[in-house]
Amino acid sequence: MTTTLSARPVAETSRSIATARRRRKPRAYKIFRVVALALTVLLFVAPLVWMFVASLKTNVDIYDASKTLFFTPTFDNYDNVLSRNNYFGFIFNSFWVALLSTLFSLLIGVPAAYAMSRFAMHRSALVVLMARIIPGVSLLVPWYFIFANMRLVGGFGVLILSHMFVALPLIVYIMISYFDSTPLELEEQAQVDGLTHIGAFLRITLPLSVPGLATAGILSFIFSWNNFMFALVLSGANTKTLPVAIFNFVSYASIDWGSLMAAAVVVTVPIMVIALFTQKYIVSGLTAGATKG
Amino acid sequence: MTTMVTTKPSRWKNYSTWANRHRKWLFAAPAMIFVGLLIAVPLGWTLYLSVTDSEGSVRAASNLVGFSNYFEVLTDTERFWPAVMRTFVFTGGALAIELILGMCIALLLWRPFRGEKWVRVAILLPLVATPVAVGMMWRLIFDPNIGFANQVLNWVGIPAQPWLSGQYTALPTLMFVDIWQWTPMVVLMLLAGLTSLSDEPDEAARIDGANSWQRFWFVTLPLLRATVIVTIVLRGIDALKTFDILYATKGKGGGSFHEVETLNIYAFGLSFDYNDYGIASTVLILFFLLIITIMWVLTYRRKANRS
Repeated sequence: MTTTLSARPVAETSRSIATARRRRKPRAYKIFRVVALALTVLLFVAPLVWMFVASLKTNVDIYDASKTLFFTPTFDNYDNVLSRNNYFGFIFNSFWVALLSTLFSLLIGVPAAYAMSRFAMHRSALVVLMARIIPGVSLLVPWYFIFANMRLVGGFGVLILSHMFVALPLIVYIMISYFDSTPLELEEQAQVDGLTHIGAFLRITLPLSVPGLATAGILSFIFSWNNFMFALVLSGANTKTLPVAIFNFVSYASIDWGSLMAAAVVVTVPIMVIALFTQKYIVSGLTAGATKG
Repeated sequence: MTTMVTTKPSRWKNYSTWANRHRKWLFAAPAMIFVGLLIAVPLGWTLYLSVTDSEGSVRAASNLVGFSNYFEVLTDTERFWPAVMRTFVFTGGALAIELILGMCIALLLWRPFRGEKWVRVAILLPLVATPVAVGMMWRLIFDPNIGFANQVLNWVGIPAQPWLSGQYTALPTLMFVDIWQWTPMVVLMLLAGLTSLSDEPDEAARIDGANSWQRFWFVTLPLLRATVIVTIVLRGIDALKTFDILYATKGKGGGSFHEVETLNIYAFGLSFDYNDYGIASTVLILFFLLIITIMWVLTYRRKANRS
């Protein structure tokens, strides 16, 4: 968030200078640039297109090299994945786990980030951010035991808690850098007008932080949706999330490639659609802290 | 502040005053307690397990064995040290290429052009794609018999490669997958840094007659230093801990020759496939120390350079 907010005027001026400068660039450079950009897009998008194309093929067509590009598309794989393998159930599980872990993390993470930003609690912030450094496996063994003793393994509660471990540090990290860049003056003004400190936070700062909250929330949702390791150990038959369900597809002797690719499309497409519409927020969240140094 | 609201003292007002006075810890406490319970306690437990011979089930009786686990792990040249080496090769190799490629793409995208929006969307897609699905996707593309990669090699007359199934080609192939998925992250970080730079130093160097390469190497890159270090730290931590694509493509133990078994995969296998908790905890503690050390060196050097 910091970057986009503060960088805009600079970007604007550099833009106008750049357009003036572009005319001086030789033609060869222009051609080089277009080709390089096209190759970049191809590199990143072609594999995804390939995955989608394969999901529309029968397994016979996938094994046939002459049908690499020309084949009769079919939706059988999707039918297999969605109705026969109960993927709607997994989508439901993934969605709720991601949504609830994000909401709970926002609930405790945002005030914490606010306090850490306003009171410069660097050491406390470091403790929370440690969670980003620790290898998840080192927490899984103790968690597994604690929760197995409480007979909670296989329930949604444990999954949500474990995903909060990923979401909370991310939210705190993004929101600290967001609060650092929001001005104190408005809050002080509100206090002069009779609001308490907490009142000023709730009524002034929070509404102004909606872009930051959206950034943190969207990223946390995506990371939780994509999480594999925690769900692999802690989910049960009824709480299996999509990444685990996909992994289970290949545990058998031969691989049903068509259905596997359809399953991969089913798990990635929702997240990509979200990314398309919230691109601005995702980029600002991922690059939070990039220019702070 | 407090004097103003306490004109009519009531129980609510008292609570409110108290809450406002202690808002610092009131706000931070829930998150800190969560982190403490879910991270500090398990970490302490892991530390304890690492000096016991716990295996099979944690409820089963175990004995304190002192540092013999550490001795056993640190002298294990069959699984542990190769895993350390693979972790470093994977992280170092992938990170280096991601930085170079990411810098090239970021420079390419730096100045505005028509269709900029679409290129940015395109590079965002790998970044948000579910890693397990990405692993499966590349597993099909790199399949030795039916994969598109070998089909392309066939068209240009190069013999087919085993890719993921080869003992020596699996790790480089997975590094490629990591590069494919995470270079966009590096691009976005560097691009954010580039757009925040002022144009003047670059302009001044141009007037002094510096060519584009000199301007990049002596002007832009030093100014980007902080961004580059943040990128290395964030991406490096994630790369060291890579799990999803390795486990999704090679499964338990990193393949039949342990050819992609990094520290994370090794520790996961010890914990959940062999239930050898004592040794697993030892590996994890060592892994954790390794990450902390690398982090410390990077941030310490940064501070030293700044002062």
